[in-house]
Amino acid sequence: MIDPQLARDTVRLAMERGASGAECTIAEGQEFSAQVRMRGLETLKDAGSRRAGLRILIGRRVGSSHTSDLSSAGIQEMVNSALALAAIATEDPHAGLPDASDLGALTGDLQLYSDDIQNVEIPARIQAALEAEEAALSWDPRITNSEGASFGAYSGERIFANSRGFLGSYRTSSCSLSATPVAQQGEAMERDFWYSSARSHAKLDSPAAVGRRAAERTVRRLGARKLSTQKAPVIFDSVTARSLLGNIFDAVEGDAIYRKASFLAGRMGERVASEHVTIVDDGTAPGLFGTSPFDDEGVASRRTMVIERGLLQNYLLNSYAARKLGMRTTGNAARGVTGNAGVGHGNFFLEKGQRPPEDLIRGIRRGLYVTELIGQGVNIVTGDYSRGAAGLWIENGEFAYPVSEITIAANLREMLMNVEAAGSDLEFRSSVASPTLVIREMTVSGR
Amino acid sequence: MSLSESFFGRKFAITEHDLEWYLSEALSSGGDYADLYFEYLSTSQLSIDESIVKSAVEGVSLGVGVRVISGERTGYAYSDDLSPEKIRKAARVAACIASGPSKVEKTGLEETRRRDLYPVITAPSETSLAERVELVKRADRAARAADPRVFQVTAGYADSLRHVLVATSDGVLSMDRQPLARLGVSVLASENGGVPQRGFSGGGGRVALDFFEAEKTPEHFAREAVRQAIVQLDAAPAPAGEMTVVLGPGWPGVLLHEAVGHGLEADFNRKKVSAFSGRIGQQVASPLCTVIDDGTMANRRGSLNVDDEGATTQENVLIEKGILRGYLFDKLSSRLLGSRTTGSGRRESYQDIPMPRMTNTFMLAGESAPEDIIRSTARGLYCANFGGGQVDITSGNFVFSASESYLIEDGRITRPVRGAMLTGNGPEALKHVSMVGHDLKLDEGVGLCGKEGQSVPVGVGIPTIKIDRMTVGGTAG
Repeated sequence: MIDPQLARDTVRLAMERGASGAECTIAEGQEFSAQVRMRGLETLKDAGSRRAGLRILIGRRVGSSHTSDLSSAGIQEMVNSALALAAIATEDPHAGLPDASDLGALTGDLQLYSDDIQNVEIPARIQAALEAEEAALSWDPRITNSEGASFGAYSGERIFANSRGFLGSYRTSSCSLSATPVAQQGEAMERDFWYSSARSHAKLDSPAAVGRRAAERTVRRLGARKLSTQKAPVIFDSVTARSLLGNIFDAVEGDAIYRKASFLAGRMGERVASEHVTIVDDGTAPGLFGTSPFDDEGVASRRTMVIERGLLQNYLLNSYAARKLGMRTTGNAARGVTGNAGVGHGNFFLEKGQRPPEDLIRGIRRGLYVTELIGQGVNIVTGDYSRGAAGLWIENGEFAYPVSEITIAANLREMLMNVEAAGSDLEFRSSVASPTLVIREMTVSGR
Repeated sequence: MSLSESFFGRKFAITEHDLEWYLSEALSSGGDYADLYFEYLSTSQLSIDESIVKSAVEGVSLGVGVRVISGERTGYAYSDDLSPEKIRKAARVAACIASGPSKVEKTGLEETRRRDLYPVITAPSETSLAERVELVKRADRAARAADPRVFQVTAGYADSLRHVLVATSDGVLSMDRQPLARLGVSVLASENGGVPQRGFSGGGGRVALDFFEAEKTPEHFAREAVRQAIVQLDAAPAPAGEMTVVLGPGWPGVLLHEAVGHGLEADFNRKKVSAFSGRIGQQVASPLCTVIDDGTMANRRGSLNVDDEGATTQENVLIEKGILRGYLFDKLSSRLLGSRTTGSGRRESYQDIPMPRMTNTFMLAGESAPEDIIRSTARGLYCANFGGGQVDITSGNFVFSASESYLIEDGRITRPVRGAMLTGNGPEALKHVSMVGHDLKLDEGVGLCGKEGQSVPVGVGIPTIKIDRMTVGGTAG
């Protein structure tokens, strides 16, 4: 463990050497992973590392530096480097630290760290991965191969101090279990995966459940056809809807807004989505991956309504974007250990609807159920959206056959307005989460 | 150069004796092979935004990774502290993968033959900051001056200098100094308050700073970024459906990276999970296609004197006249498949286990004139530039998104279109290549390839080619 005073001392040293403001972050992490493949252990990794970062201001000029050398000499070098960099930067009238009144941290147990993970011995970790893979391999005779299964564990600490007197630290832990089976039919192969992750071992799904779900997702892709090009309703499953929600985050984060680099810039208060769309960013919910007591510039985390029943209510801001826009930070600063903070999210999610996904599928006469998206092809500036997809074709409310080697395209503006329903299946497996989503129409490109 | 005169010898007083000691510690529980990867990385990033140099960052990262291989098993640990106790502790953790007596015969370390594909005496990161910050300022000025419709400009410059030392239990000792620099310009333009459009251009390589004076200037990248944004202002939505696609020379070579390159990485083929598994000797492309992965091209972004396992990089023929010839091997997969490493073992940092990766991947030039290729196309899509792509190596399906493309109508390039996404299947797509131009061009040096969470710099290249049939995903009918 690192003494949090090191962050405060580093800030003090920077101020003594001529900085007018300073922020220091120190992060420490331990990672473990066990990877198995075809019923045998393949890789074990077990290691830890530490890193310190410093951002300083000289007036309105900014310099940043970082180091993995936390010795006194390493810290001194880091401080000198940041000061030298500020000298070549340009005055930025908006550069600064958050107002003192915005600094603070949530109190109480946020359940971000659990020591039940470290109590799981290495053989048991390997065993969990083996069982997950076995569950997948034995699920269906068409599962003939595997890219493996893995158990991962992480624990870490983050310390932050600034020259306005803030000093805070918190520990986090997480563990995950995943399986990636391969299914074969004739010459054709398909793979898919499933995973579970949680901040405590007790909340992890069972190996059997992870393996089975991975197997189901893989087998149902066999015999995929290519569709003919057409317009059709598209259902995003909770995995692909999550990636769509990531795109929406990119469109409401303050950096993109002040640069006018988002199709949602200048739309505050307007209807930007259908009434089925309520999107919240919540950095306060105990035990989740997007939760933290304070953001990466020392502002307390909070819950922010982003889109409420289709109306754009708030952008997500750090102190810099807030100053640029004449607004107030929403506690969404994010960065590694150094540099100007960007904008990140807490738990960024779309509120669930009433109906289970099966019901939503039953309501579609002909349409596409998307289970995988690949490639970039999302332009946040214009909202143009075009991605490679794979999934299942729906006929009369039922899955008819799998499809692949297709693309789906539309503009995010229309897609948001065309959300017809959100499922009841919201699950927080990472810091972005969405239930199943139904979009009235997109262009599906194939033959 | 001996170890004592090398970077790690001088700075950390590491001796050959130390290395042998750590390696024997790593093999103390058995195993077939062990290696050490020492890395000292210094990085700088400068960026200008709204004509203000808002961000200037420097950093240092150092550490050592220890790997033990026993059969198909790999044990890995690392330390960001180069003290002997910490390195030995990492070695013992990595050793946990093996059990039983070591099968490794003790050999002395012998230094790999040295060569210098990037003879950069003064790395960009060793020059003055004032000199480097001028690059982004010039880019900003040039982009703003290029066209009044430009309203946002960001330019970023980044460089790094990586010192590595690899020592292996089979006696390899290799050291390298790897400079890398990159300048990129991104602009937004709009016309009469309409929808803004983005343009990006960038480049670099394992070069000295004068590359940005003598070869590719900030003004060059700025003008190119502006040109791309302005073209997009007039672009109509891309068509949807199957059609003829002509790829322009250079960066569109990313097609090869996605469609075939990843599927030929030997780890996937060892596990038989690639759509190319077991297809050596088979026809996987038209006879016009010869695809190479070459880690030895001077000053290129994807090049390395030695790979991250200490093996000398080389030119590897992947596809020869349409026939699949070879995979890309790292040490583990070459051991298990009874082949030789192709110098393709790469990793992002000392914290990562090496994997087979590409370096500079390109298609050899053919005989057609680019104008004839366009002229022969009655209706289709011409793609001049791409964003990124992705592949599912198991099914072989890939996508990549065009950032600059045009309709071809009656043998002529006509209107620009935006938002085109191409999709196809790896072992099939290149079978439809009907013409290959004589204009092979390599990209300007911005590629970054991600695999299993690890990013490494790569290059791509291609001449103008015509693909008779490919699915284009747009929104227009």
